[in-house]
Amino acid sequence: MKKNLNSKIALIVAVLAICVYGIFGVPSGLTGKDLGEAMTKRIHLGLDLRGGAHLILQVKVLEAVNAETDNTVALLRENLKTANLSFSQVYKPDPAKPTLIKIEGTAPANVSDARSLLESKYGNEYDVASGDTDSSFTLVMKPMIETALEKKTDQQAIEAIRDRVDALGVSEPQIQEYGLGDNQILVDLPGVENESQIESIIQGTNRLEIHAVVGGPYKDEQEALASVGGSVPADQELKSFSGVVEGGSSVESVYVLQRASVVAGNDFRSADPSVNSNTGQREVQFTLTNEAGDKFYDYTSKNVGRSMAVVMNDRVREVATIQSAIRDRGEITGSFSADEVAALSKLLRTGALPASLQQMEKRFVGASLGADSIRQGVTAAIVGVMVVMVFMLIYYRGSGINADVALILNLVILLGFMGAFSATLTLPGIAGVILTIGMGVDSNVLIFERIREEVRAGKAPSAAVDQGFAHAWVTIVDTHVTTIVSAAILFLFGTGPVKGFATTLTVGLLANLFTAVFVSRVIFDAHLNKLGQGQKVSI
Amino acid sequence: MEFFRGVNVDWLRLKWYFLAFSLIFSVAGIISMGMHWQRIGSPVLLGVDFKGGTQVQAQFTRTPNINSIRRAMDAAGVKDATIQTIKAVDDPSGNEVLISLPEQHDESSLDQGRKQIIDALQANYANPFIVQNVQVVGPTVGKQLEKQALLATLYSMLGMLVYLWFRFQLIYGVAAVVACFHDTLITVGAFALTNQEISLTVIAAILTLVGYSMNDTIVVFDRIRENLRLSRRESLPDVVNRSINQTLSRTVLTSGLTFLTVLSLYIFGGQVLRGFSFALVVGILIGTYSSIAVAAPMLVAWQEWRARQGKEAALPAAKRFKV
Repeated sequence: MKKNLNSKIALIVAVLAICVYGIFGVPSGLTGKDLGEAMTKRIHLGLDLRGGAHLILQVKVLEAVNAETDNTVALLRENLKTANLSFSQVYKPDPAKPTLIKIEGTAPANVSDARSLLESKYGNEYDVASGDTDSSFTLVMKPMIETALEKKTDQQAIEAIRDRVDALGVSEPQIQEYGLGDNQILVDLPGVENESQIESIIQGTNRLEIHAVVGGPYKDEQEALASVGGSVPADQELKSFSGVVEGGSSVESVYVLQRASVVAGNDFRSADPSVNSNTGQREVQFTLTNEAGDKFYDYTSKNVGRSMAVVMNDRVREVATIQSAIRDRGEITGSFSADEVAALSKLLRTGALPASLQQMEKRFVGASLGADSIRQGVTAAIVGVMVVMVFMLIYYRGSGINADVALILNLVILLGFMGAFSATLTLPGIAGVILTIGMGVDSNVLIFERIREEVRAGKAPSAAVDQGFAHAWVTIVDTHVTTIVSAAILFLFGTGPVKGFATTLTVGLLANLFTAVFVSRVIFDAHLNKLGQGQKVSI
Repeated sequence: MEFFRGVNVDWLRLKWYFLAFSLIFSVAGIISMGMHWQRIGSPVLLGVDFKGGTQVQAQFTRTPNINSIRRAMDAAGVKDATIQTIKAVDDPSGNEVLISLPEQHDESSLDQGRKQIIDALQANYANPFIVQNVQVVGPTVGKQLEKQALLATLYSMLGMLVYLWFRFQLIYGVAAVVACFHDTLITVGAFALTNQEISLTVIAAILTLVGYSMNDTIVVFDRIRENLRLSRRESLPDVVNRSINQTLSRTVLTSGLTFLTVLSLYIFGGQVLRGFSFALVVGILIGTYSSIAVAAPMLVAWQEWRARQGKEAALPAAKRFKV
């Protein structure tokens, strides 16, 4: 009896076609170089193969919490004064516990008024309670609010780092929360060639500043120098401006600025895009911290009509005229597009890191070391595959071809899957591929040994193949599921190298269930169909 | 071609030899780990991943002189630096040098060591170099990784135990996990005996060998389960022996082939994968051994123990399972 295998063969060809597409996409040509390029575009190489830098940074979120409660302390004093409620002091008693604020010495007659004021104004964010004495209160930031603030701080830090990384021109950077610890950020920068480049990412926290404009704009540095008499005074500096002015043309010019900043990067508390209600112009509204607000008020009230420059990354980005005295709230107005406003407010927000960062881990792999690793890993994989394939041919003769086809198909599916899902191939990942080869061979050996046993027991070829596959299938499922269970656990709990290993191993084992069992069976059946009466299976 | 046709070895008669063999290697490993514990407070040498510390790998233009580098470090006041050349298979000239500093206890000065090493080389050693690899790991991250690696190993063993319990019976799962633990112990012991460092990639290798050993054990167990179902009259020791013999050809073939791929990884995989492939070379040998010599005899031993307790001896018969 012959089996009709057409639909099964069609399925195999279809899977193969999808996987080849997964690996190469639509390549620009068919030369080895084109194919290689198409492949690396789809299958990303990990830092260890490509070279690059990996950082784990700790965000010191307590600083942000501290700043927030500092602001609250200042606000509390103001609110109590405005409401004519006397007090002796508002302070934070324990530096190690920045969420706790104490109010002491309210007049006995005012205690209930004070309580209702505290509860109505601060009850959403703080737990208000009576202190040790009747006249005192404690405010403790609610855990939920604190967690939210920490999360926000992490996100701001991630955005700030992303901006800096973008400025470095790194492609495909990975910046995200790092799961193992609290408030840690993982930064992966593939292709960074010089490890000193990484420094700028976490250093220079005060990147965005506002400076007073002494003179400008000038056409170039010579003109600017001429305006200050040939040499720049010690308390001033030259900064170039590049940007788009009204009419959409881009300009390069130079300003002379006061060296000391009026507002430093970490003076910004928040910045949001908005639209001016009077003029309809887009603008960025920002809020400064209390201290900076006082300083800024002092400066702006004395300098109405003069210009200020927003300096970022050592370049002037905006120049604005002071319309009136500003305290802690202000806006930057100009002929902005919606995107520009969003970008600028993001820059204002993120230009300052909300809290300082501490390096917890740093790894750097040079590109040439990565290239060495690829060569060695691939050599090892190819040698391993060749040895196995030759052995299978010698040991199982005709059926060895079957095993070898299944093995190659397995690798194609594995790579196709990696390409289709843009998975990252790491050095341990290559090791995972090699181990997949081992398991793939094992499945074939299990099946073939079983078929041999059945043939020895005197069964006809088709019955022997049937029985061999049926018995081996149980074992193969058990071994594969067990290994996939442990690989999945590795994937869940692992990071970096371990994860890369688990990825290829899991995918490889799944592919193997298809190739070693299904594909191999179809080839056997096709072979059996051709077999004449009384002929034996070559195994 | 065929090896092992109609083998008929009484494996269970060898169980005391197996026990002695396993004990010797386990105890040797444990003693070595104990000695490490005395000396460095950890059972094996830990890589910079876990221990924390600074490593800078530099490739020099000319063949570097270790003593000159040490003088350069001393001159710059870099203390406790370990300096070693790296010999690659395809580049025996050894122009690459690994300079390591011990772990720091404070994260605020984490990056200082790296800077000092590079500055010292630039200032005091006239041999141009490029930095090939930098690893700076603080104590917190090291602890986190260590905990994570231990948990991952534990969970993966637990996951496999549960799966085997579900598919076979609890005693099969226990026997398989004990065999895996035995393999892990001996492999880690091999690292302790040979003074090699355990890094994150070595942990991946140990987890792989756990998977492999489990794989081997399940193949034998599957056969035992099948044979128990087919021939109810045969005694358990006979069934176990027959099952091991029937699968022996497959066991040796697969392990041999896997051993060859891992060996090619050890030889061609380069220095970065050296520890990884070492763990697998040892692990595959031990894993194959343990499925025959530890896991299967445990089933019999458990059965005999139950018999002595006067309990019903029908276990471990296979659960009904339709193929």
